[in-house]
Amino acid sequence: MGLLDQRFENSNVLVTSLEGLLNWARLSSLWQMQFGLACCAIEMMAASASNFDMMRFGVIPRATPRQTDVMIVSGTVTLKMASRIKRLYDQMAEPRYVISMGSCSNCGGPYWEHGYHVLKGVDRVIPVDVYVPGCPPRPEALLEGLMKLQEKVRKESLVKKTA
Amino acid sequence: MTETRTLPTRYVTHPGELKTSSGRSLRTDEMIINMGPQHPSTHGVLRLEVVLDGEIVVDVIPHIGYLHRCFEKHAEHMTNYQQVIPYCDRMDYLSSMNNDWAYALAVERMMKIEVPPRVETIRVIMAELQRIASHLIAVGTYGIDMGAFTPFLWAFRDRERILDLFEMTCGARLLYNYIWIGGLSHDLPPGFVDKAKAFCTYFKPNIKELNDLLSYNEIFVKRTANVGVLPADVGINYGVSGPTLRGSGVNWDLRRDDPYGIYDKFEWEVQVGKGERGTLGDCWDRYIVRVREMEESVKIIEQALAVLPEGNVQAAIPKRIRPDSAEIYVRTETARGELGFYVVSDGTASPYRLKARAPAFVNLSVLPEISRGCMLADLVAIVGSVDIVLGEVDR
Repeated sequence: MGLLDQRFENSNVLVTSLEGLLNWARLSSLWQMQFGLACCAIEMMAASASNFDMMRFGVIPRATPRQTDVMIVSGTVTLKMASRIKRLYDQMAEPRYVISMGSCSNCGGPYWEHGYHVLKGVDRVIPVDVYVPGCPPRPEALLEGLMKLQEKVRKESLVKKTA
Repeated sequence: MTETRTLPTRYVTHPGELKTSSGRSLRTDEMIINMGPQHPSTHGVLRLEVVLDGEIVVDVIPHIGYLHRCFEKHAEHMTNYQQVIPYCDRMDYLSSMNNDWAYALAVERMMKIEVPPRVETIRVIMAELQRIASHLIAVGTYGIDMGAFTPFLWAFRDRERILDLFEMTCGARLLYNYIWIGGLSHDLPPGFVDKAKAFCTYFKPNIKELNDLLSYNEIFVKRTANVGVLPADVGINYGVSGPTLRGSGVNWDLRRDDPYGIYDKFEWEVQVGKGERGTLGDCWDRYIVRVREMEESVKIIEQALAVLPEGNVQAAIPKRIRPDSAEIYVRTETARGELGFYVVSDGTASPYRLKARAPAFVNLSVLPEISRGCMLADLVAIVGSVDIVLGEVDR
């Protein structure tokens, strides 16, 4: 049953701020871009499949950037792919969020030294909200990162932009 | 029930020859569209430049390199031979165990290292478990490509069981660094054999379930049979290997034909496509070969678990591995086909040159050949049935 079930006896009026309502709606339906880059994409798939079921957080994979709220950069970002990721990010509607999943997209990971074709961190092309460490991160770690993002969305203000 | 199938495998295109009912000729044009690099059906970051005449594919040009992670450069710049193994993991991230084994085997043959029998058996068990896990992903995501979501969830449910086995052995779920030169990183933990046996008994009925749900589903068969036919001679000419080649009826499996490890001690069969639901070598044949290979893998695992010997899991190898100046090519059968490592040593502690012959890359090269003349929607079916992993295509 719902969270509010059996909580009110007579009246059914809820008082909240507009911000609170909008943020609650946003954080409960963070649609994700169905978009995998490398090894981490398999763990991302595992996170949205049977055992971990990311959909219970309202994360539904959508195939087009125009319908999505959060981009999970799951894997190594190469120089050739970086410009495409920037373009995909630009196509997303605001408010938009980015989770950088795995060491490769955080900082280049195992490819930071000799990877002549690897971007050393996706934050060099797009702003990142949450970094999930690991190579690859476990699905639980990705879910933790997602909950961190939800916390961040909950604190957002309509007037003042939180960084 | 038998029925004749008259579904055309190839459509004929006549650009510029469309005529109205009054006989006036209409100018038509070919159109070029990009499929990918962000596309849910390309299984990674592949870009296909598709030339279309209406809905019919005239030509496909694959553009790769979106996941080029400089594997060969890394192999040459590591301090020693052991450090290359994690990068082999990340090449074909769906069958890491098989990749590790291929590389370790190459160095072992170069150094003439004999590994203990327990190691050989554990390697076979791990490689076959990994093959099942990899085929489960191939089958599950192929279901999604064809519009069926449930097989994906079922496949991942079973795959998680295999990952649990790997995790209790070496602590990692996806990239293991488990098979080392001359041995393994860890011995099997207590209780592994029982759990692996339990998995085999649990998994066997699930294959039948999967067959009932997806493989013989009429909608699925209609989408995949007679689509993307790869004739055996074309496949061989392109160097295609693995389930993609066996789907065309070619009885070729390196586990049997160029034996490595102890595969020759076990009873199992090489599965080939037979053209049961359509033409020989179509997408459905390639798909069903993967499903049947999972059954064979279960057979191998059960036999290997029964004969698992006691003993050491690390051969006596020199602390610093320095093969004499030599070169070697070793090939193994991974879930995607023939994975070969060509190692050149100059007597130092790291490879002078390491070339990987990646099955996914070679299998991808046949894609334009088999998709010319199909409908655009069938292109998704063909890409999925070839089962590429972009990490291995680009390396």
